[in-house]
Amino acid sequence: MSTAVEDIKKIAPNATKQVFKTMQMNIGPQHPATHGTLRLKCEVDGEIVVKVEPEIGFLHTGFEKLGEYRNYNQFVVISDRMNYLSPLNNNIGFAIACEELFNVTVPTRGQYIRVIMAELSRIADHVVSVGLQGMDLGAFSVMLWTFIEREKLYDIFESVTGARLTTSWTRVGGVFRDVPADFPELVNGFLAKFPAVVDEIEYMLNKNKIFMDRTIGVGAVSKEDAISFGVTGPLLRASGVAYDIRKAKPYLCYNELNFDVPTRIEGDVYARYQVRLAEMRESIKIVRQALEKLPGGGANTEKLPVNSVNHKVALPTKDMVYHDMESLIHHFKITMPGHGLIPPKGEVYSSTETPNGELGFYLVSDGTGLPYRVRIRPPSYYNYATFPQQAAGRLISDAVACMASINVIAGELDR
Amino acid sequence: MPIDFPALLKTVKDRFGDDVLGSAEFRGQHTLRIKHTANLKVLKFLRDDPAAKFEMLTDVTCVDSLRLPSDMTKDYPERFAVVYQLTSLEHGSRLRVKAYVPEEPCEIDSAAGLWKAANWGEREAFDMFGVIFRGHPDLKRILMPDNYEGHPLRKDYPLKGRGERDNFPKYQEIPRN
Repeated sequence: MSTAVEDIKKIAPNATKQVFKTMQMNIGPQHPATHGTLRLKCEVDGEIVVKVEPEIGFLHTGFEKLGEYRNYNQFVVISDRMNYLSPLNNNIGFAIACEELFNVTVPTRGQYIRVIMAELSRIADHVVSVGLQGMDLGAFSVMLWTFIEREKLYDIFESVTGARLTTSWTRVGGVFRDVPADFPELVNGFLAKFPAVVDEIEYMLNKNKIFMDRTIGVGAVSKEDAISFGVTGPLLRASGVAYDIRKAKPYLCYNELNFDVPTRIEGDVYARYQVRLAEMRESIKIVRQALEKLPGGGANTEKLPVNSVNHKVALPTKDMVYHDMESLIHHFKITMPGHGLIPPKGEVYSSTETPNGELGFYLVSDGTGLPYRVRIRPPSYYNYATFPQQAAGRLISDAVACMASINVIAGELDR
Repeated sequence: MPIDFPALLKTVKDRFGDDVLGSAEFRGQHTLRIKHTANLKVLKFLRDDPAAKFEMLTDVTCVDSLRLPSDMTKDYPERFAVVYQLTSLEHGSRLRVKAYVPEEPCEIDSAAGLWKAANWGEREAFDMFGVIFRGHPDLKRILMPDNYEGHPLRKDYPLKGRGERDNFPKYQEIPRN
């Protein structure tokens, strides 16, 4: 594969040395192609990026430090703000880490609800990511279509969690309330129309000459490099490693659901786009199956529990609190600081597959109500570390394509 | 096939002797505790040994044991613990390796030569805890500004900072002409 420098040398073999003199250029932190708060210190040679050094931290908010001063349920609110394209995945990932620390299990209905919401959130993330990738390469209409779909998903999230973006949905041992009775209709209504949108995006971009020219072979990361860099998620699978935590170490009820892990071997921007499209289709499959198997159905007429029945960790229902002395005590103990929700001493590392890759939480507990250390392993951080290698030796416009395909989210990158 | 952890940990202990301080298990997760001087050879063994094959470094971070309760500090012979989360894609298993770093000199060898992921991971650990990784290709702050003093995730660093917000250098307009 030839680099852009070699291409130009082929076209203009007599170009003098002066043409190849490099200069320093800043991209960002306010450049639209950097999606907000990323700054690139580029050394460019004409239009070719010789070396690029990303500078991050503009959105550093101290989440890990804050976590040491918040109890386990309060931190859910902070986890919303990490990956703001798919806050539900962060909520669920943190709740699963806490449940591993507290050693509680969520009832089947709660697990299925979480799977459905996690997959819908994954669709919302991927669809916007693909749309923005199109926008950065000049295909503006795809972005508009995808944002319409995200609005529909946000309406579903609003009816379930009460908020569109700052969902704060999960609690240790469950979620804060069951889904509304019309939940299956809402989701089925979305699923009935959404596959056609994926087909439309595919029809618009897959064989689009401009899109192909600007993505195929651009920013390729080899399999060995991807593993060495700790890359996860769609980027790793686009490089030919079929690693998905939902399959490798199933959490919730993913082992009861039937889905594939789409992979490509090229590792370039086009392959990542294809993996994201294929993953949306897999997510549709998962949501359909999970809705069918959802114990109790939408209305939950059998009153199956959604939250853990271990009321030392999960709040009892309001009805129980009003009519049962013991539940009242549990409620008091959990909500009062310094009383309840105290995990044993120890440490866990728990990770889930979020749209961008492996989101890990490393929790160290010292046996008090506040975590001793909360380490967040953000997928964007390790994925973005490959960026200098992807962009080096290519055109500036290729760097933009690479950055869009990594789908780096500054809130999660900088924490 | 999942890794047989008791056998693997025994191999590591036999091979590295006194450099291995012990191992722990909690909630089915295994931790290997080592001396900071031996981190590179143990990590290299864990990466390359066919029975382990931890080819992916998922995360590098650090824990400051300054405010731990007394019954937990016995697990921390030194103040800081650099924590490596290793993942074996082939076996589908994870292992946590903790290397204990003293407060003075707060130095450990960099694993950037073993895994490229260590580059940014160690930069963040340096930024937040002030642990110096010897032999790191580009050890400088990554999240905090370059002129920042102190290491925010150390336990003796207050939550509200040390007045950095009040003493923030103000933007000064460059006079024309």
